[in-house]
Amino acid sequence: MIKRLTIAERQTAMLLSVLIALAGFAMAVIGRGDPMGVHGWIVLILAGALFFALASALYEPEPTEDRAVSYYDDPTKVGILLTLVWAVAGMGMGVWVAAQLAWPDLRFDAAWSSFGRIRPVHTSGVIFGFGGNALIATSFHIMQRTSRARMAGHISPWFVLLGFNLFCIIAATGYLMGVTQSKEYAEPEWYADIWLVIVWIVYFVLYIRTLARRNEPHIYVANWYYLAFILVVAVLHIVNNLAVPASFGAAKSYSAFSGVQDAMTQWWYGHNAVAFFLTAGFLGMLYYFLPKRAERPIYSYRLSILSFWGITFFYIWAGSHHLHYTAVPEWVQTLGMTFSVMLLVPSWASAGNALMTLNGAWHKVRDDATLRFMMVAAVFYGLSTFEGSFMAIRPVNSLSHYTDWTVGHVHAGAMGWVALITFGSIYALVPVLWRKQTMYSWKLVEWHFWLALGGTVVYVFAMWNSGITQGLMWRTYTESGTLAYSFTDTLVKMHPYYIARAIGGAMFFVGAVIGAFNVVMTIRSVGHQAQQLDYPTGSEANEPAVPAAE
Amino acid sequence: MELSYEWTSAFAQSFGLIYLMVLSVAIAVYAFWPSLGKRFDKAAKSILNDEDGPCR
Repeated sequence: MIKRLTIAERQTAMLLSVLIALAGFAMAVIGRGDPMGVHGWIVLILAGALFFALASALYEPEPTEDRAVSYYDDPTKVGILLTLVWAVAGMGMGVWVAAQLAWPDLRFDAAWSSFGRIRPVHTSGVIFGFGGNALIATSFHIMQRTSRARMAGHISPWFVLLGFNLFCIIAATGYLMGVTQSKEYAEPEWYADIWLVIVWIVYFVLYIRTLARRNEPHIYVANWYYLAFILVVAVLHIVNNLAVPASFGAAKSYSAFSGVQDAMTQWWYGHNAVAFFLTAGFLGMLYYFLPKRAERPIYSYRLSILSFWGITFFYIWAGSHHLHYTAVPEWVQTLGMTFSVMLLVPSWASAGNALMTLNGAWHKVRDDATLRFMMVAAVFYGLSTFEGSFMAIRPVNSLSHYTDWTVGHVHAGAMGWVALITFGSIYALVPVLWRKQTMYSWKLVEWHFWLALGGTVVYVFAMWNSGITQGLMWRTYTESGTLAYSFTDTLVKMHPYYIARAIGGAMFFVGAVIGAFNVVMTIRSVGHQAQQLDYPTGSEANEPAVPAAE
Repeated sequence: MELSYEWTSAFAQSFGLIYLMVLSVAIAVYAFWPSLGKRFDKAAKSILNDEDGPCR
């Protein structure tokens, strides 16, 4: 892979890795005696390893390939493999967390393995590690195909991909050492946050520069979703992580906001992390890979535009539904509730658009597990957005909030929608990327599909039952006006559901392991197939970038 | 101009409302403007034609 870079590019990459290693060394020295120092060593070792890998290949001959005739897929390939590594790690962590709730002895009495530390390793591992890598890798693929142009640059995609993974590693190792900002889905401390901003700006510039080179007049809608994902996540991340470090030599920082403002900022961020990290980018995936796999254009392109702007402008206002019955002004709560209900329109427009695209291709859905992954993902997207709108209604929220119903809702979205569309996309992508005839085993794809679907259903039903039971028990009063059940009473009732949840999660996890195995075996043992198609458009002989008349 | 609760909430409740309404209408008009149909159809099919290889 390094050999495909020119010598000048190898030198640039070495320079960057030296700079990062130096930053790591500075962190290790200034932050000694603090978790920040440990992070410094991690950065130093990883950047140093990269430096030596580059240095050992520095004097290899210059690449001879003509870069204009192919897409640059090396970062995409590594991104897909990292996605699978994080899937196994993050989901495995999830099974452990779930099992700890059913059998608390599984903590094994260590500080680092306590629930409060390994839960964020699970959430960040699957959201950022698995989801983020999947988004970056597929966006690299889609931006080039829909533009019919090679990526703009050969260092920046690596910087984005590896830099993002460095952020994920800093985050996960930090949680185990007890480093946290105590903001959900924004737990990493200030230095990790600053690093992510740098990576993210490079990602945005790379995307825009690639689109600027496009040989296709219209920017396909999938790109809009990816751009919304990149742009809005940058805004959310920067605002929510505004903080003052207690000292530049330690991890601890204090938020720029306090009290109600802090809560409102956090849930503005938190809900839009769901909207723009876990929805917009994955809709981009859906709008590209589903029509591609079904070999049918999207049912209504007009509807996709409408739902794009609907999602972009409605979601931003919905966050306050996380703060019903709190000190947040009531009109803000009502605003959040109203926008959450309105969100049903663009959400169902997307889900319906996906399913209508399959109309006339249902035999393919029956025969092809890859397409079935995407179809079921669209169904779960429709279901969980309906559930979300419903739960945002204040009286419903009074029953559901703080209960396992919320957990069930999140997992219906994360497992049923996000993970299924990702796995479907990976199965569609791997043979194309690695120029293979087919996947190693279609039977294993079927196994993965049914384990994932079964696991999701078991999980979600367990949490619905658990959450509603919990919610009802918490609001049951005796005749004398006191609470009828103690907290421990509810825990006893939860126990069977927690076991069911661990089983559902384990099924989903086994499916992901099978998927990772299948991808590795495809790369290692399936025969090569030179692709007739899937090359960028020649830059001389193409249409003008802007159509003269239509 | 003082950044008070009253000012912020009045701004959100007036300007926020207007801008969302205008945007919604404008986007709906754009998405369903009849003469743009051909362009959208072409865009929808573009990802499938994409694999025709280099177009010469």
